[in-house]
Amino acid sequence: MTIKKLGPEELLALDKFSVDEGNPHIIVDKVICAKCSARECLIVCPARCYRLKNDEVNFEYVGCLECGTCRVMCSGKGVTSWNFPGASFGVTFRCS
Amino acid sequence: MADDKFDAIVVGAGLAGSACAYTLAKAGKNVLLVERGNTAGSKNVSGGRLYTYALELLEPDLYKRAPLQRKIVREQVMLLNERGATTIDYFNPDFGENIPQSYSVIRAVLDEWFAAEVEAQGGMVASGILVDGLIEENGKIVGILTGGEEMRADVVVAADGVNSLLGQKAGLFPDVKSHAVGVGVKETIELPDNLINARFGVTAEEGAARVAIGCTEGISGGAFLYTNKGSISLGIVFNPEQAAKQQRHIQDIFQDFKMHPAIQALIEGGTSVEYGAHLVPEIGYQGIPKQLHREGFLVVGDAAQFGINTGLIIRGMDLAIVSGLAAARAIIASPSTAEMGALYMKQLEELLLVANQRAYQNFHGIFEISRIFGGYPKLANDAMQFMFTVDGKTPTPMVKGLLRAVKKHATFGQMIADGWKAYRSL
Repeated sequence: MTIKKLGPEELLALDKFSVDEGNPHIIVDKVICAKCSARECLIVCPARCYRLKNDEVNFEYVGCLECGTCRVMCSGKGVTSWNFPGASFGVTFRCS
Repeated sequence: MADDKFDAIVVGAGLAGSACAYTLAKAGKNVLLVERGNTAGSKNVSGGRLYTYALELLEPDLYKRAPLQRKIVREQVMLLNERGATTIDYFNPDFGENIPQSYSVIRAVLDEWFAAEVEAQGGMVASGILVDGLIEENGKIVGILTGGEEMRADVVVAADGVNSLLGQKAGLFPDVKSHAVGVGVKETIELPDNLINARFGVTAEEGAARVAIGCTEGISGGAFLYTNKGSISLGIVFNPEQAAKQQRHIQDIFQDFKMHPAIQALIEGGTSVEYGAHLVPEIGYQGIPKQLHREGFLVVGDAAQFGINTGLIIRGMDLAIVSGLAAARAIIASPSTAEMGALYMKQLEELLLVANQRAYQNFHGIFEISRIFGGYPKLANDAMQFMFTVDGKTPTPMVKGLLRAVKKHATFGQMIADGWKAYRSL
């Protein structure tokens, strides 16, 4: 069988990223997220950039597919700033 | 200063932006096409299928030059339950007759070609440039800001996609609302052409397009499958609000769909090579902002939230091209920037984009019928199972067996209510 269920890391490993070290294009405020009960980001971010760690929402911008879902869905407004990555950074799609 | 100034700056080398810049360059306009990806298409993800009429509208026979994938001759609709599938397959080798109706496309390939066509027409293409903001003077947009530098033009065309930060910066509309979009996830799976041809019953140049429902755990949404040259595009679009209200991650629901016996059989032997995600304008006409222009600024394509989804037909790329053409025509015909906006709106009418959007304006109402995404596909499969089962026992009378399948998933009252809702939406 060549077709397998792929986990989050395996899916992102298929893609090409150029990381803008120390310069996240999305800013998430953990203090706001702590008060948010909806936490839509945990379910709808296609890249699973938002994960629960010790009951805290942890955001990792590396691996972001730049779709905008988190910004649109964030009801607690913990996503305080959302931009595209700087020029030449971020994901590069080759066959989508 | 005058030497540095462009007639138009188009932001975003997707299909809307390139269609606009291509038309402007061809008309002799001094146009700059700016793209944030290192190459055009490298930030894009689409299903994807392109309805060819749009390219033909831009320029007769342009589609023949375009690096399209397979001409779609099979339209398939799949209703899934846990392990079974009922598939409707409409085959028409003459679809579109002289001009093929639609092709599957790979955006990284298609968009890069299109940007090169803009250059060949004399347009300037600048890739790897992120636009940070707009320059506004005397109430007019007169250029863009990028990396601390100013670039000026008579008009800026925002073709910056569904997230259109520029449209927001121009003060034309607020951020897109969660009920107005779908979140799409997609895997591109390389598969030898001989396997694609055999499994989908198509020749080397032909392809199939498939939509599937019953694979979203009841969330409003559906899956798609397109055959390309040497690959399959497989994905699901979810209503993000409904997805967020349940516990499973959309990635896991998507992976389960990929492993569904009826889907896995189609892609086995293949290799997953890319994973992408994108927002899709989902509510059609009602999602389009009231204001798509101000002096010196026009909004086209996904940025204007153009899109049509009937469940069977999913359109965005064709509307992007048509709107890019409309903007270009308005720019070419306008004696000054003051008239451009009104002319753009008139062109959208004349090119029938507005008529197309209006024709389906209430259509998304059918996606509020929750049973479409669970109960009804299950009902269809249970009915099939009943009708095709032979086990030597005394057969249940046909009507009784079918009614049993129906009652398991919906009451007659519910079906009448759903039918009425569907009727009102269509």
